[in-house]
Amino acid sequence: MTGAWIAVLATAAGCYGLKLAGLTVPQRVLASPRVRRFAELVPIALLAALVAVQTVTSGHAFNLDPARLAGLSAAVVALLLRAPFLVVIVAAAGTAAALRAAGIA
Amino acid sequence: MSGVAFGAAAVSSGLSVWQTCALSLLAFTGASQFALAGVVAAGGSLLAGTLGAILLGSRNTLYGLRLADVLRPRGARRLLTALGVIDETTAVSLAQPDLRSARTAFTATFCAIYVTWNLATLAGAVGAGRIGSPQSFGLDVVGPAAFLALIWPRLRVGRTERLVALAGVAIALGATPLLPVGVPVILAATAALGGALASQTTTQQPDVQHEPCPAAPEAAS
Repeated sequence: MTGAWIAVLATAAGCYGLKLAGLTVPQRVLASPRVRRFAELVPIALLAALVAVQTVTSGHAFNLDPARLAGLSAAVVALLLRAPFLVVIVAAAGTAAALRAAGIA
Repeated sequence: MSGVAFGAAAVSSGLSVWQTCALSLLAFTGASQFALAGVVAAGGSLLAGTLGAILLGSRNTLYGLRLADVLRPRGARRLLTALGVIDETTAVSLAQPDLRSARTAFTATFCAIYVTWNLATLAGAVGAGRIGSPQSFGLDVVGPAAFLALIWPRLRVGRTERLVALAGVAIALGATPLLPVGVPVILAATAALGGALASQTTTQQPDVQHEPCPAAPEAAS
């Protein structure tokens, strides 16, 4: 599992480096509105992609797991109802677990 | 964000308790941690997973930019302060009415969250290790649900945000059959590029940084 350790430490180093860069680099360099906008939008694109990939794909193929889809739908409902973060997570996990336990998915 | 959810999801994905705790202690930024755990769970390219996780951390750079003038950490202190630059500490600090309370708020929030996040991660990690089948507890949905909760408020901000999210989804799903696992997600960042370039052209304002300086009066005489 050394590969995983390298990934963990590299991720930690990279994330820390980015935090330090914001505090250290002169405002001028990163203050360009275009760069700022890009940095604001990157998490949105990445997170949306992650949700999609983790929900409907498995490796290189598309894999519609009903329990997973139901869990994510429950999350959407919870978010629409402005539920707190923990409720959203529990609703999602609980729904998926319940469907699997009932043998439906 | 819930450290317990992360701890449980990470161990379920295949990371060891030590690796999980290392992420929370050293990276200390929720979305990136969940992202890496997700790629490990899917058995994807660790390189792509690491890059994606780091890319997600770029918003902390923006936070650092805004906090630099407020906190003004000097020397070695800056190294420690940097670790704490995350969503919550930034939000609390910038909400304060003056510099002194902003610094106090940052330190207090940093310490509180750091301790609870790491203890929670440990609890979740150790707890999940005892579960036979993470899927029967729906733990595989925790990552995606957490990401959704994170971007939800941003999707309500404007049309560009929603379009960028949709484009990101389309790019990632389209690239899934073609590229190594984990890479499509990184490719989705190009959607952000499109969004940033598009917003530039719609404002039609001159780029202030490139305006030529007016000629000095002395030069004319």
